[in-house]
Amino acid sequence: MAQTIAEQILSHAVGRPVEPGELVTLRPDVIMAHDSLAPSVISILQTRLGLQHVADPDQCVLVMDHVAPASTVGTADNQNLVRAFAREEGIRLFEVGRGICHQVLIEEAIAKPGAIVIGSDSHSTSYGAVGAFGTGMGSTDIALAMGTGKVWFKVPETLQVFVNGRFNDGVEAKDLALFLARRLGIDGATYMAIEYLGLEWLPLEDRQTMASMAIELGAKAGIFPPSGIVAERFAVPEWLKFDPQAKAAKRIEIDLAELEPQVALPHSVDQVVDLSVIAGQKIDVVFLGTCTNGRYEDMRQAADILCGRQIAASTRLIVTPASRQELQRAITDDTLAVLLDAGATLTTPGCGPCMGRHQGTLGKDEVCLSTGNRNFRGRMGHPTSQIFLASPGVAAASAITGQITDPRDL
Amino acid sequence: MSRVWKFGADVDTDQIVPGRYAPYMLKEGQDVKDYAFIEARPEFAAAAAAGDIIVAGTNFGCGSSREYAPEALRRRQIAAIIAPSFARIFYRNTINLGIPLYESADIARALDDGQEVDFDFRQSKISTGETIYSLPALPDFAAQIVDSGGITVYVKEHGHFPGE
Repeated sequence: MAQTIAEQILSHAVGRPVEPGELVTLRPDVIMAHDSLAPSVISILQTRLGLQHVADPDQCVLVMDHVAPASTVGTADNQNLVRAFAREEGIRLFEVGRGICHQVLIEEAIAKPGAIVIGSDSHSTSYGAVGAFGTGMGSTDIALAMGTGKVWFKVPETLQVFVNGRFNDGVEAKDLALFLARRLGIDGATYMAIEYLGLEWLPLEDRQTMASMAIELGAKAGIFPPSGIVAERFAVPEWLKFDPQAKAAKRIEIDLAELEPQVALPHSVDQVVDLSVIAGQKIDVVFLGTCTNGRYEDMRQAADILCGRQIAASTRLIVTPASRQELQRAITDDTLAVLLDAGATLTTPGCGPCMGRHQGTLGKDEVCLSTGNRNFRGRMGHPTSQIFLASPGVAAASAITGQITDPRDL
Repeated sequence: MSRVWKFGADVDTDQIVPGRYAPYMLKEGQDVKDYAFIEARPEFAAAAAAGDIIVAGTNFGCGSSREYAPEALRRRQIAAIIAPSFARIFYRNTINLGIPLYESADIARALDDGQEVDFDFRQSKISTGETIYSLPALPDFAAQIVDSGGITVYVKEHGHFPGE
């Protein structure tokens, strides 16, 4: 029977055809935990489950990205606990400064087409960019998976998003991701696997932007069939192939010709409007970074707009590269130099101020325009602070004027 | 008697416990349970008692995968959460920790903030004194996990996942 990409991947792992709605137990290819939750994973594994060891160290990956480098004695001690665990168990650990887990696992080809990757982070849907089934889970599920080597899933239904056309000038993958949240709503894909179609031409970094935000619609996974650049860069298993006969529970179409730059208003990811509606909104801080938009191409795009210009005196621009590799790419050409010349502040590759813990926490009433993925109340700091979400192009233009600005108007 | 704490739709896990109050960020001696709804609803953080019930709108628990959000509610001994729908990761995390979640738009609509009710887990009933509501049955796997007191207990006792 014809299957969606998500059904193909879960069927392959179970060893028989599975159907939406059934519960299956399977062996994930990768189990990832980051510094923020790995301490609780280790505690649950050893204390609540009473296990001394993980089932298979090669299945596990640890990444230091959420508060990296440590900002307090407590986070430092917790990170050392994670380091000791990794050493004792023989688990791969990516250190402070290597980058955001979702970027690193794709750079290292640990997440790859057809793989099942579970992570202690909700944005683990990002792995769908390379045709993997990536999904986020809590500490107990991750601890159980590390301890038993297995995890249970309810096989999700599939929501197919057909995209026609190409981006207009000044419009990017982030605008499409925000528009999807606007169209479907914050729970529009709850427990479903999103399958992005018609985007064989889309570069990998743009697929990462889209897939990272699948969770913002409540999705279990957000998967691009491995095609185009992904099929060139990764080995694609012969059993993994988009099947037009596969049955999706829901199907929507989007025409890129009609898409304009989008902005998500505080305090919900689906409160999305055309930029023109909110243009002129004053901002204090611009944050360029995260697993959604912290890659070289995002920094390059900002640099192209900021070249020969200065950010507004009333505004700060924080740049947090998604990984060391992306930072090195920005150093190799003049991308980073242009950003710094324009007045940007560079932080360690990692999650940066996305969850309000360090490197740019927002104060009372501060207004931030972020290229990130979440604008919940208080997420980046004080509960009266506000977060607007937009593309790197809009972020750069807005940093120059100190207010939300369409880059095409500069 | 249990007090009903009523919330709106799309309550995200940043509202339940802001990331700045994660156990990872706390100092020795601080407990995440004291920070449940600390900013979104400080009176909950101050006064929610063991056995109280949360009632909410659609998509409760959306956003981050942080299990310390339901863990904070577990430590407060919240007895149940009733909403028309739950976000996926939160549903899993909360059932895993042994807190029953009931999907019911009608009961969620009928109960008011501050109302005193009797919640009977065994009978799957909530009584307001005037009306008795029958809660929807938990899915079989969820019932097995909650009955055991959480998935870690279940797996330790049975050596496998429910239904495996």
